Amino acid sequence: MTITEKEHQVIEEFSLFDDWMDKYNYLIEMGKTTPIIDEKFKTEQYLISGCQSRVWLSAEMADGKVIFKADSDAVITKGIVNLLIRVLSNQTPEDILATDMEFVDKIGLKEHLSPTRSNGLTSMIKQMKLYALVYKTKKEQQN
Amino acid sequence: MNFDVEKIRKDFPALNQEVYGKPLVYFDNAATSQKPRVVIDTLVSYYSGINSNVHRGVHYLSQQATEAFEQTRDLIRDYIHAKSNSEIIITKGATDSINLVANSFGRHFFKPGDEVIISATEHHANIVPWQVICKDTGSKLKVIPTDENGNLNLDSFKGLISHKTKIISVGHISNALGVVNPIREIIRIAHQNNIPVMIDGAQGIVHREVDVQELDCDFYCFSSHKFYGPMGVGILYGREKFLEQMPPYQTGGEMIKSVTFENTTFNELPFKFETGTPNVAGVIGFGAALEYIKKIGMPDIISYEDDLLKYALKKLNNLDYLQIYGNSQERAGVISFNLKDIHPYDAGTIIDKFGIAVRTGNHCAQPVMDFLGTTGTIRASMAFYNTREEVDRLLVAIEKVKEMFG
Ligand SMILES: Cc1ncc(COP(=O)(O)O)c(C=O)c1O
Repeated sequence: MTITEKEHQVIEEFSLFDDWMDKYNYLIEMGKTTPIIDEKFKTEQYLISGCQSRVWLSAEMADGKVIFKADSDAVITKGIVNLLIRVLSNQTPEDILATDMEFVDKIGLKEHLSPTRSNGLTSMIKQMKLYALVYKTKKEQQN
Repeated sequence: MNFDVEKIRKDFPALNQEVYGKPLVYFDNAATSQKPRVVIDTLVSYYSGINSNVHRGVHYLSQQATEAFEQTRDLIRDYIHAKSNSEIIITKGATDSINLVANSFGRHFFKPGDEVIISATEHHANIVPWQVICKDTGSKLKVIPTDENGNLNLDSFKGLISHKTKIISVGHISNALGVVNPIREIIRIAHQNNIPVMIDGAQGIVHREVDVQELDCDFYCFSSHKFYGPMGVGILYGREKFLEQMPPYQTGGEMIKSVTFENTTFNELPFKFETGTPNVAGVIGFGAALEYIKKIGMPDIISYEDDLLKYALKKLNNLDYLQIYGNSQERAGVISFNLKDIHPYDAGTIIDKFGIAVRTGNHCAQPVMDFLGTTGTIRASMAFYNTREEVDRLLVAIEKVKEMFG
């Protein structure tokens, strides 16, 4: 599936929720099922700043695609980062860099997050794109 | 006591609003308080009327503004029982006041090897300025330890004092835990050793009556905005004998007597420490806040708040999945807690959706959070316009959090 297709999938899922409580219950569910990051990545180096809770994010390349893994000490944050992973993981660096992540706004995640938290979200996306950029540059150097 | 909370609530326009379709419960008073209408009206009428710069013009408006500005200084002096207006310095806030003392007092009096004592439960505003000045002057920062409930250890404090101690700076009430510190005892011990004491009263002034002469402190500071006044205004009380010796902190206009390119003589107290155009509207607005508080009466405010805090503590203590911090003999204004095994950020996110404003995080007091072994807490901080019904609503929200994450 392309990033856009995955985004549509998420938007559709969120459209079923009537109120904020359902939405958060869903994020909490997602938070409990995040692919847990290997303990060795839970260090300063993989910590994303700008979040009230701690988020660790790691990335690796497999078959030309970036695989993200993440963890957080807060469940909702973990749910949010998992949502991002669902959309961005297993995609090429070029596609990750090209997307503008429209779905974040569409599912009302941004509006429901206060500025500090929104910053956390922004930092997560930024960090994922940074990883993609690194892998893209590496690939170009190899060619 | 003719304390009528419903009537009082009507004085605060911001309390009368809905968030997420629910009536707002404002429990973030330790961060900043709401403002009574008289304060807001004062700001509007200042800018619609006598707006002009102070201490400069001979023209009518400037004189009116200067008079109102200086009348507020009188009010503040009377409110905290300072001896004279020379001891009341208008600043931008508590942080600015502490920076003033750290820089001016520190640069003047600290020598390499000297020591400053603060406490383990301080707000960053009462840590970092001292840390920086200590580094610059080769002095050392020492810290009064606390027990797990936020009670400062006075025996350890005595042990920290030496002939090298130049100043002691501690908070009146901890903003992170709500613990009322034994400042009288600290001041008494310090003075036996001839060491001046600064009190960070950012929370203290809000929940206790303050008489600087009776307290016998050497400096006391606070912010207008936490005490029902406008933002951008702070107060520094300083004992005249120290203020006289201290050099100006910032320089420029207003604080000078005469300037040539060769030399400048500084103005007298308190103007020596007040450079540039102050927040005139804010200061006059703070005067209105003080008048308002005096009219309600601090004794009534304190007893209402203490009663509300006790009620909230009793209710919260019934929930066995809560960890409540700062279980001290004397506490005021603040309840800091966590739901066991639930991140404060997760809890705060859901509580917010109930229209309840609480603060989550380290409350600008990271060292005490580290000491308590947590990255943060949920803090409900109350004012005299909060009610038992609002506490009950917080409880409902907490129970929902438990249900969602538990
Ligand atoms: C105990 C304490 N000290 C200092 C400050 C700093 O106050 P301001 O930000 O108004 O300068 C605060 C504010 O949170 C506080 O609670």
